[in-house]
Amino acid sequence: MLRQAVAESKTLNAPALLVQGLAKAYGDLPVLRDIDLAVAPGDIVALLGPSGCGKTTLLRLVAGFDRADAGSVALAGKAVADGPIGGRGCWVPPFRRGIGYVPQDGVLFPHLDVAANVGFGLSPGGRRSGRVEAMLDLVGMTGFGRRMPHELSGGQQQRVSIARALAPSPAVVLLDEPFNALDAHLRRTLCAEVRTILKRGGAAALMVTHDRDEAFSVADEIAVMRSGRIVQRGTPADFYRDPVDLDTARLAGAALQLDGILSGGMAETALGRVAVRNPYDVEDGPADLMLRPEQVVAAESGEGSRVTVRHAAMLGPLTWLDLETPGGAVTLQACWLAAAAPVIGSEIDVRIQGDALVFPRNLDGNRD
Amino acid sequence: MAATGLGHSHRRRRGLPATPSWLILPLAVAVALAALPLAYVAWQAASVGWAGATDLLIRPFTAELLASTLELAVAVTAGSVVIGTAAAWLVERSDLPGRALWRVLVPLPLAMPALVSAFAWLSLTARVEGMAGSIFVLILAEYPLVYLPVAAALRGMDPALEDVARSVGHGPWRIFGKTVLPQLVPALSGGILLVTLHMLVEFGPLALLRVETFTTAIYEAYELSYDGAAAAMLSAVLIALCLAVMAAELLLRGRRRFSRAASGAIAPHVPARLGVAMFPALAGLAGLIGLALGLPIAMLVYWLLLARRASLPVDRILSSVGDSVELAGIGAIVTTAAGLFLVLAAFRRRGRAAVLAERLPFVVHALPGLVVALSLVYFCLRAAPFLYQTTALLMVAYAILFLPLAQTALRPAVEQVPPAMEEVALALGRAPWRVMLTVTLPNILPGLGAAALLVFMQLMKELTATLVLAPTGIRTLSMELWAQSSQMKYGTAAPYAALLVLVSGVPAYWATVQLQKRRDRA
Repeated sequence: MLRQAVAESKTLNAPALLVQGLAKAYGDLPVLRDIDLAVAPGDIVALLGPSGCGKTTLLRLVAGFDRADAGSVALAGKAVADGPIGGRGCWVPPFRRGIGYVPQDGVLFPHLDVAANVGFGLSPGGRRSGRVEAMLDLVGMTGFGRRMPHELSGGQQQRVSIARALAPSPAVVLLDEPFNALDAHLRRTLCAEVRTILKRGGAAALMVTHDRDEAFSVADEIAVMRSGRIVQRGTPADFYRDPVDLDTARLAGAALQLDGILSGGMAETALGRVAVRNPYDVEDGPADLMLRPEQVVAAESGEGSRVTVRHAAMLGPLTWLDLETPGGAVTLQACWLAAAAPVIGSEIDVRIQGDALVFPRNLDGNRD
Repeated sequence: MAATGLGHSHRRRRGLPATPSWLILPLAVAVALAALPLAYVAWQAASVGWAGATDLLIRPFTAELLASTLELAVAVTAGSVVIGTAAAWLVERSDLPGRALWRVLVPLPLAMPALVSAFAWLSLTARVEGMAGSIFVLILAEYPLVYLPVAAALRGMDPALEDVARSVGHGPWRIFGKTVLPQLVPALSGGILLVTLHMLVEFGPLALLRVETFTTAIYEAYELSYDGAAAAMLSAVLIALCLAVMAAELLLRGRRRFSRAASGAIAPHVPARLGVAMFPALAGLAGLIGLALGLPIAMLVYWLLLARRASLPVDRILSSVGDSVELAGIGAIVTTAAGLFLVLAAFRRRGRAAVLAERLPFVVHALPGLVVALSLVYFCLRAAPFLYQTTALLMVAYAILFLPLAQTALRPAVEQVPPAMEEVALALGRAPWRVMLTVTLPNILPGLGAAALLVFMQLMKELTATLVLAPTGIRTLSMELWAQSSQMKYGTAAPYAALLVLVSGVPAYWATVQLQKRRDRA
């Protein structure tokens, strides 16, 4: 049944969720600005950002719990919201949208047992069809149907909540910080499980989270939000290689920022001339460069730039070094094999391996 | 810290839907009803003109009333604070023998309605008549309202703070003054405001004990002439007093968050050693309970035993119970339903109307019942005379006066149903009205019942509004008690007093203690 629904929307070639030009303000405070987002059938996309960046608002607009000031939402090719309240665009209330919703903490209906919770969105016939049991199997809760919510652990409640959302075969499941209330260990195991469940269930999913690890382990793609905008969307590898700014770069791992003068595919920096890649087509002149720590490597004596080792922290086979150019103008982080690590206070020669990324400039300016 | 709190609530509200238009009308009705007493005062003032109004307002009589009302309020509040705090410290923090028993006994006078204890004392000696006697009787009735929150605060305090104070060399008195007392401020101020407000609006016991305050004077003026401007002008002063107290309470309420004890298990306090002071302490507590509870009960028993020899007017008593239950029953249902409506509205919406729905009861609970009743009479006779002396009009008064109580009792129940629960149900395809029926209501039903019960018990002993508005022929328990003991027919009054204690006082005590326990756990 699910597979069929997914197959249908695929043949229609429509994204499971399409958001265009969505904007929302509370009073004078803009919360979302001009959001475009598409989620393909069966894909899992995470909205990642700090609290207050608008990600939950976006989820609520998609669900229909709130109305946007501008822009449209379409589910499986059908418009469900278009334009503001009182406008001429269409508006489908949340209970006719056919979405799955997994709120923070699961929020099971406390007066209903697990089976009734899972069957809540099904027709009376659907409840008897074995769908409830199938869903409990899917989330690994076989045989728990008669339990009451308060008899379940936090992780079990969250799984039932997901089964409840998936039961009516929605085209899109919305998950609002689904692991927030769980302890760190449970979070990690459940993340992997939820990904498997969602993939097996076949529905597209949009998950809101402020936790990088959650986003990276559950989602196929991540949309990073800040101040009401999606600043970048991509896979973890995209964020590692071509982040749009330092914050985004750091989501995928440690990053170094370096000032440089760009000219003709190279940049002049405190560490000498380095090769650059320039995917955002930044013009020649002063530019912000980004390096990963593993790009800072030892140079033959006299060839590279001389730096002082200020601090060294050994983490198993690797040692993290804090380096400083003469005069302290530039500080760097590098990552040495522990066996070859220099002592604190010594001077070493380093060079840059591979190319540095040129950040697009004035991103902050655009954000106003 | 206050700023963070605000920011947080702002965030919480942001996600909520705006107030829908269907909510505006009922809210407007609620606001209009709450504004009725003010309108009544204004209208009456207009009818006698500016000069007439100021003549009625600025005269020695008003000054006398102001002095006596304030004297009563300040004295009873101060007495309740001293006794309530001392008793709480003894019970919670000292090595007093039998603390478990005292913990039950000390708040027990809550079960004795002030009207009943006034009756009991009066039937013993006429010497309690007048200001001094009233202060004495009312302190005995009101101190539990200070004791309960202070005892809870003493229990919930982290002993580590006192340990720190001890470690820097502070003695026991200094620790109490510098460490314990500041932490008691929120609990104390809550109790103080409650007692003060009670004293401003108290009527029945004061009338019995023949003390002239604003309420009794307003009632007299009303009895003399049904819509006298004199009553209205006195009401104006009383309302101003009450609103001032309420404003103080709102200010404190905003800041009260500070005092929340840290979560997590709290180590038990090491009880202070009383030594020989134990004996006066025990005698003091025993005397307190004896005066507040023992003597009124003894007087009731005495009168009942006397009355047994005469024939009890059983029919009359039963019909009075019937009247009480009927009025309180309907009142509880009406009030709880209205309260539920406002709580649901305020809890899940944002916007000015929702904030208003949330705040309104705190303004209303400062309005004296007598003035609310008088203003209803006044407007009813002018706008809808056919409603005068009907149960419907009395229910309106009950709803205005007890809405705050219903809302306070309903709030925890409604908080059991987070907006997300309704949103899940919506997302799963249920229309809003079905969500209300199948998700929201089933989950708040127990709390709904508890709230209705609480309102019912308070309505059972309501006197002031009932006295003014009850349909002809209706005589509730409190009305009978009041009528009989005003005529000094103490034997006839006793059965009604005893029934009042049983059907209203005891359950009210139980409910209050339960509520405090739940707050302790929270």
